[in-house]
Amino acid sequence: MKGIKKNFLITVLLLLAAVTLYLFYNMGSNWEFALRLRGVKVAAIIVVSCCVAYSSVAFQTLTNNRILTPSIMGFESVYLLIQTLIVFMYGDLTFQVLSGWGNFLLSVLGMIGFAFLLYILIYKKGKDNLYLLLLVGIILGTLFNSLSSFMQLLIDPSDYFIVQGKMFATFNKINRDLLWPSAGVLVILLVVGFRTTKYLDVLALGRDQAINLGLNYNRAVQLFLVIIAILVSVSTALVGPITFLGLLVTNLTYELFKTHRHDVIIAACCLVTAVTLLSGQFVMERLFHLSIPVSAIINLVGGLYFMFLLLRVRKL
Amino acid sequence: MIEVKDISKHYGRKVVLDGVDLQFPIGKITSLIGSNGAGKSTLLSIVSRLLAQDGGVVMVDGKNVTDYKNKVLAQRLSILKQSNHVRLKLTVRELVSFGRFPYSQDKLTDEDNEKVDRAIHFLDLEDIKDAYIDELSGGQKQRAYMAMVVAQDTDYVLLDEPLNNLDMKHSVQTMKTLRRLADEWKKTIIIVLHDINFASHYSDYIVALKDGKVKYCDTTDNIINEKVLEDVFDIKISVTEFNSKKVCNYFM
Amino acid sequence: MRTLILTLVLLVCAVVSLFVGVADISMALISISRIPRTVALILAGVGMSISGVIMQQMTQNKFVAPTTAGTLEAAKMGLLIFLIFIPTAGAALKMLFAFLFTFIASLIFLAIVRKIRYRNVVFVPLVGLMFGGIIGSISTFFAVRMNIVQDTNAWMMGDFSGILQGRYELIYLSLPAIIITYLYANKFTVVGMGEDFSRNLGLNYRAIMNIGLFCVSLTVSAVVITAGAIPFLGLIVPNVVSLLFGDNLKKTLPLVALSGAIFLLLCDIVGRIVIYPYEVPIGVTVSIIGAIIFLILIIRKR
Repeated sequence: MKGIKKNFLITVLLLLAAVTLYLFYNMGSNWEFALRLRGVKVAAIIVVSCCVAYSSVAFQTLTNNRILTPSIMGFESVYLLIQTLIVFMYGDLTFQVLSGWGNFLLSVLGMIGFAFLLYILIYKKGKDNLYLLLLVGIILGTLFNSLSSFMQLLIDPSDYFIVQGKMFATFNKINRDLLWPSAGVLVILLVVGFRTTKYLDVLALGRDQAINLGLNYNRAVQLFLVIIAILVSVSTALVGPITFLGLLVTNLTYELFKTHRHDVIIAACCLVTAVTLLSGQFVMERLFHLSIPVSAIINLVGGLYFMFLLLRVRKL
Repeated sequence: MIEVKDISKHYGRKVVLDGVDLQFPIGKITSLIGSNGAGKSTLLSIVSRLLAQDGGVVMVDGKNVTDYKNKVLAQRLSILKQSNHVRLKLTVRELVSFGRFPYSQDKLTDEDNEKVDRAIHFLDLEDIKDAYIDELSGGQKQRAYMAMVVAQDTDYVLLDEPLNNLDMKHSVQTMKTLRRLADEWKKTIIIVLHDINFASHYSDYIVALKDGKVKYCDTTDNIINEKVLEDVFDIKISVTEFNSKKVCNYFM
Repeated sequence: MRTLILTLVLLVCAVVSLFVGVADISMALISISRIPRTVALILAGVGMSISGVIMQQMTQNKFVAPTTAGTLEAAKMGLLIFLIFIPTAGAALKMLFAFLFTFIASLIFLAIVRKIRYRNVVFVPLVGLMFGGIIGSISTFFAVRMNIVQDTNAWMMGDFSGILQGRYELIYLSLPAIIITYLYANKFTVVGMGEDFSRNLGLNYRAIMNIGLFCVSLTVSAVVITAGAIPFLGLIVPNVVSLLFGDNLKKTLPLVALSGAIFLLLCDIVGRIVIYPYEVPIGVTVSIIGAIIFLILIIRKR
C-alpha cells in the first residue's frame, strides 16, 4: 500500500508538471489568447482521459482480461459511419447543414443507441455471454466500416479531408460549447462510477464468485456496460476515436499500481491517461510541429506495446 | 434446510436433469456421486443459482431461492466451484475478506475482520496470508478459496469437485476441514465428489445420480454396497471393511 | 452427388456472370474482361474459403479466418509499405511484400492463439480482430503521413470491376496453394490439436504449420493484390458447410471450395445489378450479406 501511495503521488506531480509545461511553454506575446486556447485543450484532455480510463478499466474487468478495449465493440465504426454519411450527403456544405452541437448529439445518440440495441439483442435472447456481445459488436462494426469505405470511395477527394479529419482524434479543434456539457455528463457518471467500484472488485473474481457473494451479476454487468457506452460515446464524439489508448494506459497503470482495488486503479488510470495524452500532444505539437494527429501516434505506440504484451506474457 | 423439487434441465435436446427431488439434511455432509454426465455439477450449479433450471424449484429454509435478495441468500449459502484462475494482485487475506462482502460490502467491521482472521486460522493460512494468490501452489490456492467460503459463514456450503487437481495429502486435508466444518460449526455441506472412497470415508449421506435422475439417496452406509454401486457406475466394485470404514475397490 | 449439384450451380453462375449487365457483348469484351473477371472470382472464392478452413483447422476455432486474424490487415500493410518505399517496382515484388507481411502476421497470430486456446472460443477471434486493428493502426499512421488514406482504402475495397486480361494473372498463384491444401487437409487438423499431439502421431509440427501458413498467405495476398479485401468469406462459407454437411474434411473440402466460388459469383452478380448501370464493389455486398449470415450463425448457435 505504501508503494502505491508513493506512485500515486508521483503520478499527480507528473500530471501537474505536464499541465504546467503544456500551458506555459513558449507562450509568445499574446499570452492571454494562448493560455485560453491551451486551457481548453487541457480541459478536453482531462475529460477524455477520465472517460477512457474508467471505461477501459471497467470493460477489462467485465471481460476478465487485459487486452481488450471497449472501442473495439463497434462504437467507433458507428461514429465513422455517421460522419461519413453526413459528408456523403452534404459534401462541403456539411458544416453549414449541421452545427457542432447537432453533430455531437447525433453521434452520441447514434453510438449509445447502437450499444443499447446490441445489449437488448443479446440479453433478450437469453444469452448472457459477454464475449458473444463483443463479437456481434465487432462484426457489425466491420460491416459499418465497409459501408463507410464504400461511401468514402464516392466522396470527392476534397470533401474526403473532412471525413479524414474525423477519423483521428485531435485536440486541436475542440468545440468549447461541447466541452462543458461533456464534462457535466462525465462528472455525473464518475460519481455513480466511483460509488460502484466495489462491485467491480467482486466482478473481477469471475461470474461464479460474484454470484456467490450476492451480486446480481447480470444487473451489475448491464450497469457497467451502460456507463461504458455513455463514456466512450461522449469521448469519441468530442475528439474522435483513439482506439488503443485504453489498452496502453490500463496496462501501464496495472504495471505501476499492483492492487486489485478498482477505486485506486481507476483514479490512477485517469492520471496516467492524462499524462500520456498531454505529453503526446506536447511532443507532437510543440517539439516536432508535426501535422499528424496525436491519436495516430497513440494508436501506433499503443499497438506496438500491445504486441509486446501479447508476446511477452506466457499465458493469457 | 435445502430442498430441491422436481428440478429439470436440458441443453438443447439433451436432458441433463430430469425431475430431481431431494432434501439435504442439516449439519451433515452429503456427497453427490455418479458417472461423468450424470448431472452432479449441473445440480449443484442450479442449487447455488449459478445456473437457471428449466423446471422445478429450489427452497432454502422453506423459501424459494428466487424470492431471496441476492445479498441475503449469499449470507445463507455459498458455492465454491473449480476454475478459479484469476490473475489479480490479491493477497490471501484480501481474498478471504471478500467472504464478508455479502454482509458489509467493502467496509469491514471489527466483527468481519475477526471472522476473516478466524477463517485464515481455520485453514492454517497464517504464514501466507500476505502472499499474492497468483504466486501460490494449487493446494494453497484451494485452501485460500475455502477460507473465503468459511469467512462467508453461511449455513450451507456447496463445493464442486474440490479435490480436483489436489494430491492425496491435500485431498485428505480438504476433506478433514469439511468434516470439522460440519461437526464443529454445524454447517450443511453438499459436495460433488469423483472418488468414491472419499465419499465413503467422509460423508454422512450420499446421493447417487444416473442419467439426470436420482438413483439412490441414503446414508453412506447403505449406499456403499456392491450392488448399489454397480448399478450406479456400471462396473464391478468390491466393498471391504477396513478399520470399520468401507473401502471400495474397483480395479477388477 | 452434392459435389455434382454444386458444380452445376457453379457453372450456371459462371455463365450468368459472363453475360450479366452489358447489352452489346462482343467476343473481344468477353475474352479481355469477362472471362478474366469470372475466373478471378472463382479463384478468389475458392481460395478465400479454403484459407478459412485451414486457419480454422490450425487454430481449432470456428471463428478464425483471414478477417478475424489480422491477415487482411497485414496484406494491406505490405502493400502500403511497398507503395511508400518502392512504388515503381514490379507486380512480383508487390506480391512478395504482401505475402511476407501476411506470413509474418499469421505466425504471430498463431503464437498468440497458442497462449489463449483454452479460453472461451469467442475470445480468440476477439483477440484476432484486435490484432488486425493494431496492424491497421500502424499502417494508418504511415498512410496519414504520406497523405494516401483515401487511396489505400480504395485499393483495399474488394472490387472485380477493374479486372482485365493482363492485370489479374497473379491470382493464379493461389492455385498451387489450393492444391497443397487439398492434399494436406487432414494433417492441418492434426497440427491444430497441438504440438505434442502431432509429434506423437509422427508429424513434423513446424513444417506442416509453415506449409499451412504459406498457403494461406499466398492465397490471401494474391487475392488482395488482384481484387482487394473480401471480408467474411473464409468465415461463413466453411461454417455454413460444416453446419449442413458436418466436419469430415475430405468430404467437405470440395463443397467448401465450390460454395465459396458460388457465393462470390452471386455477390458479384447482385452488386452489378442493384444499381445498374453502376456497380457496388464486391467488398460491400460480401460484407453486408456475410455479416448478416455470420450474425445469424453465432446468435442461433447453442
